[in-house]
Amino acid sequence: MHGFANPARFLRLARWLTPLLLIAGLVVTGLTLAWALTSAPAERLQGDSAKILFVHVPAAWLGMGGWSALAIASLTELVWRHPLAAIAARAIALPGAWFSALCLATGSLWGRPAWGTWWVWDGRLTSMLVLLFLYLAYMALAEAADRDAGNGGGGQSRIPAIFGLVGAINIPIIHYSVLWWNSLHQPPSISVGESAMAPVFLYGLLAAVIGFSLLFGGVVLTRMRAILANAQAEARLRRRAMEQDFDDFGKRDFAEQDNA
Amino acid sequence: MREGLDHWPFILASYVLAIGGTLLLVAQSWLVMKRAEARRERSRHR
Repeated sequence: MHGFANPARFLRLARWLTPLLLIAGLVVTGLTLAWALTSAPAERLQGDSAKILFVHVPAAWLGMGGWSALAIASLTELVWRHPLAAIAARAIALPGAWFSALCLATGSLWGRPAWGTWWVWDGRLTSMLVLLFLYLAYMALAEAADRDAGNGGGGQSRIPAIFGLVGAINIPIIHYSVLWWNSLHQPPSISVGESAMAPVFLYGLLAAVIGFSLLFGGVVLTRMRAILANAQAEARLRRRAMEQDFDDFGKRDFAEQDNA
Repeated sequence: MREGLDHWPFILASYVLAIGGTLLLVAQSWLVMKRAEARRERSRHR
């Protein structure tokens, strides 16, 4: 892992991996969603509204998976001081927030025809809403910390990393909420090694998860490259300004000696 | 399943939101990256 601690090595890898992930993600997601809209069968109990599954479930997994990755990056930053870990955590925050918001919105759009209501304050929905607020708070905290540090987003402060780690406590709460509390939301249909879903839904869902995950990975790499480029430009400009100050100081010193 | 509700407006709204929002996220991230890399290049030659 420390092999990738070198930003130059990371950039060499990211330059070809970013377009690859984005293009593959667009193709897989596009084909899967086109199939889901036109050819996926209606579900026995929920009818056509079950088609929302193909956007709702990947969004939920990526919202939760995003924070898990953010927490791992935060831990890596705190323990090993990995230079790219803080950048990775910051890059994950916006796509993670987007997929959490998408999960809530599509869940609400699914809930209206399936449950007869847009929203209920039960454990699953509320803990997912908390996850969205955690992402928004993390982004505000990281932005404030980077502005104070004046490093163009490279991440020096440990406060966002501690927040990222503490926020991870919400992930098992979301996962087990449907088992711990009474909920309108159904319990998990897929667990390790077994599935209660018909194969046509299961394979379609798997393709949608892969497609959206490729896009998520591509967006994270894109945002990491942006943060790195800004930090490098900032560092270069600061160095130039210091050299300029030093030159000006030297010239003034010489001029004063000449006058004396 | 609630009877009497047409499911398709809900399905289409979900897909439009998912596809539109994700494409916006990809495009915005790409533009931000290109702008930042151009800034880094400018700082190199300044």
